[in-house]
Amino acid sequence: MSYTVLVFVKQVPDTQNITGDAMKPDGTVNRAALPAIFNPEDLNALELALELKDRYDVKVVVGTMGPPNATAVLRASLYRGADECILLTDRAFAGADTLATSYALSCCAQKYGKFDLVLCGRQAIDGDTAQVGPQLAEKLHIPQLAYVQDVLELGENKIKVKRTIEGGYEVLESPLPALLTVIEGNCPRPMNAHRIMKYKRARTRSELANDHANANYTDAEFLAEETENLRAKNLLIHEWSAEESGADKDRIGLAGSPTKVKNIQSVILTGGDAKSVPPTDAGIHDLIHELIEDHTLG
Amino acid sequence: MTKKIGNVWVFIEQEGGKIADVSLELVCKGRELADKLGVKTEAVLLGDKLEGCVDTLYSYGCDTVFMAEDKRLEPFTVLPFAKVIMSLIREHKPNILMFGATYKGRELAPRVASEKLAGLTADCTDLKIDDFDDKVNKKSYTDKLMQIRPAFGGNIIATIVNTWDDPQMVTVREGVMKMDEPDTSRKGKLVKVDVELDAADTVIKVIERVRQDKSINLGAAQIIVSGGYGVGSQENFKLIYDLAETLGAEVGASRAAVDAGWIDHDHQVGQTGVTVRPKLYIACGISGSVQHCAGMDDSKKIIAINTDPDAPILSIAHYGIVGDLNQVIPKMIAAFKAKA
Repeated sequence: MSYTVLVFVKQVPDTQNITGDAMKPDGTVNRAALPAIFNPEDLNALELALELKDRYDVKVVVGTMGPPNATAVLRASLYRGADECILLTDRAFAGADTLATSYALSCCAQKYGKFDLVLCGRQAIDGDTAQVGPQLAEKLHIPQLAYVQDVLELGENKIKVKRTIEGGYEVLESPLPALLTVIEGNCPRPMNAHRIMKYKRARTRSELANDHANANYTDAEFLAEETENLRAKNLLIHEWSAEESGADKDRIGLAGSPTKVKNIQSVILTGGDAKSVPPTDAGIHDLIHELIEDHTLG
Repeated sequence: MTKKIGNVWVFIEQEGGKIADVSLELVCKGRELADKLGVKTEAVLLGDKLEGCVDTLYSYGCDTVFMAEDKRLEPFTVLPFAKVIMSLIREHKPNILMFGATYKGRELAPRVASEKLAGLTADCTDLKIDDFDDKVNKKSYTDKLMQIRPAFGGNIIATIVNTWDDPQMVTVREGVMKMDEPDTSRKGKLVKVDVELDAADTVIKVIERVRQDKSINLGAAQIIVSGGYGVGSQENFKLIYDLAETLGAEVGASRAAVDAGWIDHDHQVGQTGVTVRPKLYIACGISGSVQHCAGMDDSKKIIAINTDPDAPILSIAHYGIVGDLNQVIPKMIAAFKAKA
């Protein structure tokens, strides 16, 4: 039996390696100072999908919602072994909270058609909410298996996984289709040199148009022909707008987001009145003495 | 005419009839929010054989306990829990619904919020009632729940408001809300809930389940001695344990020390670990990333030992010792033994 596995990934600012100029003086995030990376746990989800492809007859389809340059994570997925990619991009998607995001992704999955599994990383490092996976499962009306470490078995209409719980693990079994959120643990494979050579030419239709934007031979007919050429070589990255994905415009972007940000403060570590204790016998003796006196110790 | 607002609900997480600390912390916070709004604090308790939990919930401040008992609700699986909670929401229309930001809470809350089309804010570290003036959409809201959480890897703190229909849903980090002393004279009302599930709700089967309670409860510790990357090696963590044992403390760690494999994740303090607020926190060889500080900066007293005089941890510490922990810690042990 063959399976189709959808993997949803996100391009995120690298919040784990923050440098001094990552925050502007007004407390907002200076996105330009943060490199855009493949969300770490989404790489774990992709790796899990590719491991399934190694073991079973699996087609791996990677989708992302984001600005046009989010194709970087899609090509990175192709370099690692993905078969097909979808970019969901539209200004109307901007400003989405997790509810609006999960709705948009559900439209993407439904437009794609039949699938057996949906994989997501547990959470993205820019928001750390871990909400989109479970919300997407609900929107698709399929069971969710969260915090998955590994797939033990994929069978006809069933999947068995090992997942983390508080203080231990569980083995769960679910019918298909199902959604899995994947936690860090497996070791994402490196990009494959042969695949880089092939897929570095993979393009969305907008990228194709940009590539040829300044050429005097560019016309609609030429682009349509080039698009077909890419499609024939399996180098075309699907690009869907909000309308093409079939999304209701009231349920996406800011309009579809019930949560609003009231304000944002940057974290400034304060204290300032630290008492400096010399690292000497006398200094430490006095410190311990003070803490015993005020009943902090003892 | 003023619209009657719903009550404050807390999802009660339990394992084998033992209520999770975070749920009791939320009951106490829920009590405070409900008093401010002039509504009730109500618990949503799901599982099997739960009678023993009910009085505890009253004693921490619940006016009502909605109790759903069914074999199919034990052990926890997400679909039947979501189904029962959804039907309770439809019937009683709570104003606020809180979950602990635990494995279960973070899996269950979004499933429910998605179906209800409610806003959900993850991993809150503070909650307040306030008005909200939405300047963009030119709408004003009164008595809304201010949902305060760190974002962007802990580098910013955002205040978020849910502007759609109730309930306003949040998950809240463990250890950040204060647990008050229980009052066993308090009584409340028990509402037994009929559990209606169909085959589609029970398709996920638990084949095997292995778990043990955490070996350590950092959240409840009065004194914590934490080691970071500056400790240098797993062997050298013995120093941290020695100091902890001398002071009657628990041992914590920074993510760097956990990632290095020197100590188990159960000991990790910070944004991806436990939030603590002991009366004394001793940070040994911890530089003090915002992620770490977010999990311990409410400690009453902080001692930081670091060789780097510019380490960020020194800016939130009450006592800074610039020096080598290999020399400082033995001096502390000796000084305490001489005194105590």
